[in-house]
Amino acid sequence: MHAINYESPKTIDEAVKLLATHGEQARPLCGGTDLIIQLRAGVRRPEYVVDVKNIRELRRIEFSMQQGLRLGAAVPCIEIYENGDMRKYYPGLTEAAHLIGSLQIQSRASVGGNLCNGSPAADTTPALIALAAKCRVVGPGGERMVPIEDFCTAPGRTVLQPGELLVEFQVPSPARNSCDAYLRFIPRNEMDIAVVGVGASVTLDLGDEKISQARIGLAAVGPTPIFAREASQALAGKRINDESIERAAQLAIAAGSPIDDMRGTAEFRRHITGVLTRRTLAKAIERARTGQTSR
Amino acid sequence: MAASANGQGFKVIGSRPVRHDGVDKVTGRAKYGADYSFPGMLFGKVLRSPYAHANIKSIKTDKAAALPGVKAIITAHDLPALPDKMEQTGEQAINLNQLSANILARDKVLYDGHAVAVVAATSPHIAEEALRLIDVDYDVLPLVMSVEDAMKPGAPILLPGLRNKEEGPDKPTNVATHIQFKRGDIAEGFKTADYVVEREFKTAMVHQGYIEPHNAVGVYNPDGHATIYCSTQGTFAVRSLSAAVLGMPEGNIKVVPAEIGGGFGGKLTIYLEPLAVLLSKKTGRPVKLTMTRAEVLRATGPTSGSTIRCKIGCTKDGKLTAAEVWMAYEAGAFPGSPVGAGAMTIVAPYNIPNLLIDAYDVVVNRPKTAAYRAPGASNAAMASETVIDELADKSGIDPCDFRIMNGAKEGTAQTAGPPFRRIGFIETVEAIKNSPHYKSKLEGANRGRGMASGFWFNVGLQSSAIVNIHTDGTASVVIGSVDIGGTRAAQAMIAAEVLGLDVIDVRPLVTDTDSIGHTDVTGGSRTCFATGWAVHDAAQDALRQLKERAAKLWEKKPEEVAFSNGQFSTDGNGVKPMTVKELAGRLARTGGPIAGRATVNARSVGPAFATTLVDVEVDPDTGKVSILRATVAQDAGKAIHPSYVEGQMQGGTAQGIGWALNEEYFYDDRGILRNSGLLDYRMPTCLDLPLIETCIVEVPTPGHPLGVRGVGEVSIVPPLAAVANAIAHAVGVRMGELPMSPPRLLKAMLGKKNGAETQAAAAGR
Amino acid sequence: MAKKAVVEATINGEQTEFLCEPRQSLLEVLRDELDLTGSKEGCLTGDCGACTVIVDGRPLCSCLMLGVEAQGKTIQTVEGLATPDSLHVLQQKFLEHASLQCGICTPGFLMSAKVLLDHNTRPTEAEIRYALAGNLCRCTGYDKIVRAVTDAAQTLASGTGKGSAGRLGSGPSAAESTSQQFLQGQEVK
Repeated sequence: MHAINYESPKTIDEAVKLLATHGEQARPLCGGTDLIIQLRAGVRRPEYVVDVKNIRELRRIEFSMQQGLRLGAAVPCIEIYENGDMRKYYPGLTEAAHLIGSLQIQSRASVGGNLCNGSPAADTTPALIALAAKCRVVGPGGERMVPIEDFCTAPGRTVLQPGELLVEFQVPSPARNSCDAYLRFIPRNEMDIAVVGVGASVTLDLGDEKISQARIGLAAVGPTPIFAREASQALAGKRINDESIERAAQLAIAAGSPIDDMRGTAEFRRHITGVLTRRTLAKAIERARTGQTSR
Repeated sequence: MAASANGQGFKVIGSRPVRHDGVDKVTGRAKYGADYSFPGMLFGKVLRSPYAHANIKSIKTDKAAALPGVKAIITAHDLPALPDKMEQTGEQAINLNQLSANILARDKVLYDGHAVAVVAATSPHIAEEALRLIDVDYDVLPLVMSVEDAMKPGAPILLPGLRNKEEGPDKPTNVATHIQFKRGDIAEGFKTADYVVEREFKTAMVHQGYIEPHNAVGVYNPDGHATIYCSTQGTFAVRSLSAAVLGMPEGNIKVVPAEIGGGFGGKLTIYLEPLAVLLSKKTGRPVKLTMTRAEVLRATGPTSGSTIRCKIGCTKDGKLTAAEVWMAYEAGAFPGSPVGAGAMTIVAPYNIPNLLIDAYDVVVNRPKTAAYRAPGASNAAMASETVIDELADKSGIDPCDFRIMNGAKEGTAQTAGPPFRRIGFIETVEAIKNSPHYKSKLEGANRGRGMASGFWFNVGLQSSAIVNIHTDGTASVVIGSVDIGGTRAAQAMIAAEVLGLDVIDVRPLVTDTDSIGHTDVTGGSRTCFATGWAVHDAAQDALRQLKERAAKLWEKKPEEVAFSNGQFSTDGNGVKPMTVKELAGRLARTGGPIAGRATVNARSVGPAFATTLVDVEVDPDTGKVSILRATVAQDAGKAIHPSYVEGQMQGGTAQGIGWALNEEYFYDDRGILRNSGLLDYRMPTCLDLPLIETCIVEVPTPGHPLGVRGVGEVSIVPPLAAVANAIAHAVGVRMGELPMSPPRLLKAMLGKKNGAETQAAAAGR
Repeated sequence: MAKKAVVEATINGEQTEFLCEPRQSLLEVLRDELDLTGSKEGCLTGDCGACTVIVDGRPLCSCLMLGVEAQGKTIQTVEGLATPDSLHVLQQKFLEHASLQCGICTPGFLMSAKVLLDHNTRPTEAEIRYALAGNLCRCTGYDKIVRAVTDAAQTLASGTGKGSAGRLGSGPSAAESTSQQFLQGQEVK
């Protein structure tokens, strides 16, 4: 590895200052499960590694039914699924966090790091898309909120400008009769990067027979994680039956533009998108029906 | 020794003691090659080619040499030019000139990752940074990545000097060898068949996947002697090959075996060892080299991908009549794929009167292949055992019965070599047939059961052993066989059995090339067989000497001294029997220390057979396969330490399952390896496998003092076809391409469904 | 070249101070600076688990943590499992069940298994496999590892506690192993 300088700022301001000063020569460090690999491979060669794990706002999980969720960007996955509120109110996001890599990876990897790495296959991103999360970004010029589905712009690239730091995710509190789910396909049972990932959140009407609202997020079927807008909208106001689910699945397939690579063929990914969309919607609907977020 | 080869009366052999090196290994004290550290030690890193096929025009190292901390840089020009010469290591013959060129490319790079230069520096980070400063000018050449492309007329030629007999001395070629085996009359054989199945198979290149990357520490002394510390399967092979590559006398190199973190055949050859010695020579300091995982996958020795066409016929009663095979294996950058072994193993478990096998060793722009656990046999068995399964299906005969009916036994002809002596193939099939797994019902949609069998020759080769009797009545066993899976415990057990000692009182020691006589590699399933034989004989030698001492003390002739149940005794009033312990305290007065010794060049090798049964469930929507249950039956001759025999059976089965389902090398169209890491080179995790049931069958090897049959390899041979057959029974699809990863299997299943729908639609019209 | 940092951490119960360059991973620090070579390098990408150590109670791949990040942390490696008098029950069970062949993955497995048993005293086979899925073994096919962890859990749960100090000789066979034999500290022939 090339020689690096390690900085460990204690506040957002300090971190932003470091990132702004060094620009391309600085890179934030959360769990290191992507960055350290990239540093070793020489893919990234920043002079400064800025450890943001000691900044309070990036490490907190705060939930209330009034405010919803504020999830720090540097919270490791293990703290997400150890958190009772996360498991109860956002089980889809929680299970995404529990699927990344292995337990060892989950002790370190963070949702923020996962997103900022800009991989279209990041597991937690579709789950956040399904939850309509917003990203709070702080930079030398101030703060801005970025809808999660707009955050990644190309493989490995995000909207972050030099000096900007992703601080936290803000997620609305779950509506009554709503719930989320995340499923992904991998060839083994653990360790693999998603070949396809689907996150879905559904809100059911009072009778539990219709979907009043849905959001579907997709991983690994395009150059960025995808908000399957048409598929999501197609479910609004529909009865829950094979036909409406199938239509959503077909639209989800159409929302993606998968490629052939060593994890799967485009043909395979299209097929799996359909399979997982059906399965994920079913799971989210089942959870919404049992009303776990309402109790 | 009150024990017979069929196992009755053994006190130690067949038990399951804790291994002697176990505590060191569970506490982290055991020293593997990368754990060694010496004062003043430097760290070496290798610069590797970013091209799959290119001429090297120039290498400029001055900028790298100027980096503070860099102490030496070498290229192939620092190694002596070697004449073309074959040398045997383990189960493969190696051309020394080509070996040297593989270790450091001379004028040409032949695969992505081919070593080009090596830097020694004061830290591994500095060495790595120095690599970036080395300027290599390449002239990129067109490449060939598959046997089909390499065999086409007009294909780019990898080795300008390569010729084969058939094409003649004037025809440059990528086909290094064509081997053929014939028996009987193949046309007649198929004429008499009622059922004939012919299929084509493609298997992907896969890696042994040992968790420990290669390593070597070289310490060169100004007197011209060098010591190599490394994790290797063969210290004597490292010595002779390194000496040859360096142009040093063999006796000037001592190789000290570190503990080894897996090998499976991949650590039978050398990559880093001569580089470590040469850098140490140039710098006057110890130099350590370790590979990263990316280097291991790119630039060590995976095993061949292959194309195999297999046609087998049988009568309606299930009697096999003929087998015809065309097989081409990837050798990688230099000749030497295990296609010959593939040809000799492919239908070896069966008595087939008519055979025609054509086998081709083909060079391609991939790393030079190395041995991988029964090299060549798994590819072959994927083909033959799938076809045999179809024949059993067609003839309506249970797959166990089909194999029993056609099974090789004592006297059956081998594909090459003398007829089989006493073997246990049919016993393994019967063990499966009688297993709880086989007898259980498999229920549920998309579930299927499949079985397959496999054969491996095993080897004998040379081993040496010394058994020292210590004055406290304990013993130490000194051997040269590196312990890769628990064999040193078995050696101690053998000596303990012979000497009537507790296994806790026998200490095994794996030692360096100066401290023990020539010992061939830990590979070829030979350690318990040949080194065990040597240890047995050495212990007998010690026992003979002990008897002489007892005789001396009792003023008797040695023939009048008996040894049984750990005690020496003789006829006569008031003569109390003596234990080894008691006698050991009196060695000084009766003639001095006792060391038993023996060397073997083991003949009468017992070949190995295994039969494996697998239950799978296929997700019809995704093509993902779950292994529900697996049982493997294997003939071990005599299991010295059953736990470690079971371990070999389970480990080979797990590797075979990985090979069957998800492991493969992905090269892009520039010949660059895309999955040079363990994220995308997908080996089975703990969550991907069930418990693996084992049945150890014991049909003793004739001629061996304990009946031992090598166990390390054959278990990897059946699982590929067993899984494929299980999938066929689960979802009705016969897979011809490995790995049977979800995208491939799903495509085949959907294709079959569409085909069936089209047929049904056509039928309906 | 960046100056070396002074880092303070508690390693295997000992207050430790070490020097390292920022680019050195925790794994390099343990192995190259502190002579704790029990943690192994297998892949450097967090995909094999051979470098697994326990940091503040959590298992992680030490190859994916910088040495400087260890500041103020509590770290346990395989070298800290046994006491001078006895092996940890997991270590003992691995030996009895022959759960290691080459042994290179064993330290990592022991660390992951320890974390599992610290949190779950009666894990099912599925839970054990899930907890160990980040540790690759190429030799054993995992069978005997799973059996050893199951047995260790049962032993811990039955309150017979620690293992014996690595006694050689004919230990209990994998099929016969019981916590009773532990209690009596017997050599079973």
